Formats: sequence, structure tokens, C-alpha cells
Amino acid sequence: MATPNPVINKTALHKPVVMTDLKGQTLVTLRTLTEENPASLETYLKIGGYSALKRIVTEKTKATDIITEVKNSGLRGRGGAGFPTGLKWSFMPRYFDGTKYLVCNTDEGEPGTFKDRDIIRYNPHQLIEGMAIAAYTLGARVGYNYIHGEIWQDYEIFEAALHEAKAAGYLGERILGSDFSFDLYAVHGYGAYICGEETALIESIEGKKGQPRFKPPFPASYGVFGKPTNVNNTESYTSIPWILEHGGQAFADLGVSNSGGTKLFSVSGHVEKPGNYEVKMGMPFNELLELAGGVWKGRKLKAVIPGGPSTPVMPAAAIMAATMDYEGLSKARSSLGAGSMIVMDETTCMVKALHRLSYFFYEESCGQCTPCREGTGWVYRVIDRIVNGKGKMEDLDLLTDVSNNIAGRTICALGEAAATPVLSFIKHFRPEFEYYIQHGKSMVESQ
Amino acid sequence: MLSPQAIEKIDYELTKYPADQRQAAVMSALRIVQTELGWLSKESITEIAQYLRMPEIAAMEVASFYNMYDLSPVGKYKITICTNISCMLRDSDVIVNHLKSTLGIGFNEVTADGKFCLKEGECMGCCGGAPLMHVNNTDMHEFLTVEKVDAILEELK
Repeated sequence: MATPNPVINKTALHKPVVMTDLKGQTLVTLRTLTEENPASLETYLKIGGYSALKRIVTEKTKATDIITEVKNSGLRGRGGAGFPTGLKWSFMPRYFDGTKYLVCNTDEGEPGTFKDRDIIRYNPHQLIEGMAIAAYTLGARVGYNYIHGEIWQDYEIFEAALHEAKAAGYLGERILGSDFSFDLYAVHGYGAYICGEETALIESIEGKKGQPRFKPPFPASYGVFGKPTNVNNTESYTSIPWILEHGGQAFADLGVSNSGGTKLFSVSGHVEKPGNYEVKMGMPFNELLELAGGVWKGRKLKAVIPGGPSTPVMPAAAIMAATMDYEGLSKARSSLGAGSMIVMDETTCMVKALHRLSYFFYEESCGQCTPCREGTGWVYRVIDRIVNGKGKMEDLDLLTDVSNNIAGRTICALGEAAATPVLSFIKHFRPEFEYYIQHGKSMVESQ
Repeated sequence: MLSPQAIEKIDYELTKYPADQRQAAVMSALRIVQTELGWLSKESITEIAQYLRMPEIAAMEVASFYNMYDLSPVGKYKITICTNISCMLRDSDVIVNHLKSTLGIGFNEVTADGKFCLKEGECMGCCGGAPLMHVNNTDMHEFLTVEKVDAILEELK
């Protein structure tokens, strides 16, 4: 088996990291990976970092011009929803008497998603620059980067980078001698998937349980501490400096129509070289699979969850014909999500895979909305009895019915997220479920 | 009583928020006190709430909502292993069984000598390094094998 991308354990800003193969990748958000000390300020400056911020604050570029550039780039929210970033920025009120906030969502908890972790540990300064540019554009005075509590070592790297940036005048009062000031802080979660939902994340920043807020009002009018707030994903902010250095059109040209730029794909599961791969939007799936070393142990591909479990699972034939961009995957009746590819080989029991996923959504439901709180537990218990040989054939219709009654009946999207794997697994792999119910054991494991 | 060291760290976290939003620091304060004392007793949570001038029940709500806070003793080393889909596909159950038999405990149990506790975690956002676990909420160990687990346990003994 090939060596997976090596991971440094006791990391610090100036410790070198050796990545394996960058071949076939187009580095935008992880562009410091070609250098020896990727996370340091020195490295980032060497590759031209902070030049866009410097130009903007010196030339006093108009906010509307920056938003136009971001709109032209075709950048869409990289956290999973794919909402156009430039359009989102235009929702922030221009004039507001008080503090406006900027929030970065680095709370990766969707199984299979681990891209933002590599940004904060290998290229933290590009994220800081991207957030500073966004703050300048939107008039935000204070920013928070909310980081998944489980990746504590990487939180410390990011916080060290913040101190480095502030000492060098890229953050804080009167940035680079201009009249623009912006304070940016690292804050953390502590084990709650739901905080990846932007309003739950805001509640958590305020020191509360992470229960999503009813929308509207949206964060742009009522966010952190009730003030106008712009929330974007880590990868989205990190794309901004490159866009302003090279122009929106250049970024759009890296990708395909309706999906501008590059995308970080987190590839996990049954591949030879799991890890993050930054490639141009629109890359055919089979090429991405090849970059990740192909299906491990010489086995055949069975299925792929293309964007994390909240996106529908795709059988091998469907994903092999798909391209990796928003349109490509929606045409193939799934979704790009956060670009979290979970690869499953022919030995995978889909009933057991769904069993684990349904437990996850049951465990992580925040308990606020009845359909989700009760429904996720119900779904888990039904799949659990199938796995324990006590399933009935009508359970499959029951699972479909319960899932359909969770989706669309909750405050946040966790309801849909919990229903999607159930509906898509049963749709594409129904015979496996029927076999399990009839024989009380796994079809794959019986072969 | 919160230790002077804990207060110093909490005060640093408070600088991140407006002066009238002390409650915002509760996530960090709970983490800081737990790291110092090993777990969060009701008394600790009360002291944190008082220091942040927030209702005790609101601090308890936070402490019980997020799963990395421990409301009962967890031993010197809390090992949290992920069993979610990406880890499961790369045989996390082999690692789980090995840990259970080596330590002689199940999930949510503490060894008789008070040294180790085993917890089942949800996705930690490092799935490229599956199977994986972390120790005391901080030290991430990836690409686990039975041999690697033995070496880690040996180092902690």
C-alpha cells in the first residue's frame, strides 16, 4: 500500500512539512505547500502573500469594485451550500451604526470532510488575508474563526499565525498605516456537528448551546451579538487573495461554467492515498480517483458519497461518469457538498454503512425540532434491528416514510442531511437491505 | 476556586469579546478548567458561571451539550476513538477491539488504576488519516495500526 500523505504531529509554524505528490493538482488555497515551511509568514510573503490586501488599503479600492471582482470569479460557498460568495457579500448592510462582524466557519464535522484543517495548518496566512479583505469590503471591525474543537493542534497553529500577522501590521489597528482596522480571533467548538450550521455556530460563539436559529432574520442582519454578520467557509475566504491578485476572470477560467476556480477534495475511505487534493473544478471523477491512488487493494469501486453524508450516495457507474463540479454532480442526481468524497469498495456492506451514518445523525441532532430529534432516533433503531437480524420487510417503507417526514420539517438543514443517506442508500442498494432482512445477515459478507 | 493560572487564561479569552459579552468565553473557560482538573465538576461549572457573570444553568447547558466536555472523571488519559464512516471503512473496529482488550475496559469506562478511559467519538474532521484517535482532546494520532496503538499506550504508561 502506498504511503498516505504524511502528517506532522507536533506542529509549529516553522516546522517543515513534506507532502507527497502535488502532481495533477492546481494549488490556490494550499499554494504554500510547494514551500518548506508552508505555514509561516515569511513563506507566505515570499510567494506574494498580503500583496492584495496591501494594494486595496493603499489605493482605497471601492468595496463595490471588490464585490464585482468576487462575483466575476464565480466563487461559490465551499462549505457545502454553494451559494455565490459575491452575492452573499452584497447582502451585508453598507451603513450600520455599530460593530459589524465577520465569521469564518472552520467547524468541519461532516464525516469525510477535512479540507479546512489543511488550510489552517499549512496556509493560515492566506485565510487571514482573505478575511481581512472581506472585512475591509464589508466594513466589519471584528472577526472570529470558529475552529472544530477536535483539531486542537491546528487551532494552536492558527492562533500563532494570528499573532504573527498582528505583529507585522496585517491585523489590528490601522492596518499597514491605513485607516482600516480589523481584529481577528480564533475561537473553538468542543464536539458538536450542528455548529457547522451558521446560526448554531453564532450561538456557540456567544457561549450558548449550538441550536440553530430560525431564519429569517439571516446573519447579514442579525448575527453575532445581534449585529450584522457575514459567515463564509474557510476555503471560500482563502480563495479571495488569489482572486484579487489575478482577477475574478482568471479564477473563473480555472474551473467550468457555473463552478469557478479550484476545489479542495477530501478523499477518504477505500483509496490507496487518502488526503486532500486541490484540483480544477470540472475534473472527471476517475482522474481524481487516480490522484488518490485508485481503489485500494486492487478492488472494484462500489459507491461514493461525493460531498459528505448529507449528499446522496452514488453507485460506481454514476460517479465514474460524473465531473467534479456543482452542475456535474447535480446532473448526476447528487451534490458537490463540501467536496468530501467517501470511497467504498466492493466489500462494503451498505446496510452497515447506513447503520453507522444513522447513528451519527441521531447522536448529533441538537434536539430542538421534534421531527429531527425523534425521527433520527427512530430511523437508527429500525436500521439497528435490521442489522441485528430482526428486521421486517415493511421496515424499508417505514424508513422512507420517517425520513420523508424529517426532511423539510425542521429549522435547519440537519433534517434533510439525516434523511438523504437513508433515502439514497435504500434507493440504490435496496436488494442488499432486502437480503439482510430475509437472511438476518449481510449479503456482501455472505459472499 | 479557579486557579490563578486558569483565570489568566480565561482573561485572555475575554479579550476576544465585547466587555458586556463575558458569557461568550464560556466555551474556552470550560475547556481551560477541564484541561487543568481532568473533568468538570458541578462546583467548577458554578465557579466558571460566577466568574463570567452568567446563570449557572446556562453554563451547565453548554457543558452538557458539547461532547468533549467530561462531566465525570475520565482518568489520566482519555482516549477518544472515531468510529464514523471514513474510519469504519479503514477498520477502526480492529483498533477499538484492540484497545478494549488491551485496557480491559469498554466505552465510557475507566481502568481500575484510574489511568485510561475509552470513549467513542464522532467525526473529528481528519478522515484522511483514518483510523484515528485523540488523547485528552488534544493529541491526534492518525493512520493507526495495532502496533502503533501499542506504542502510544506504552509511552503513556
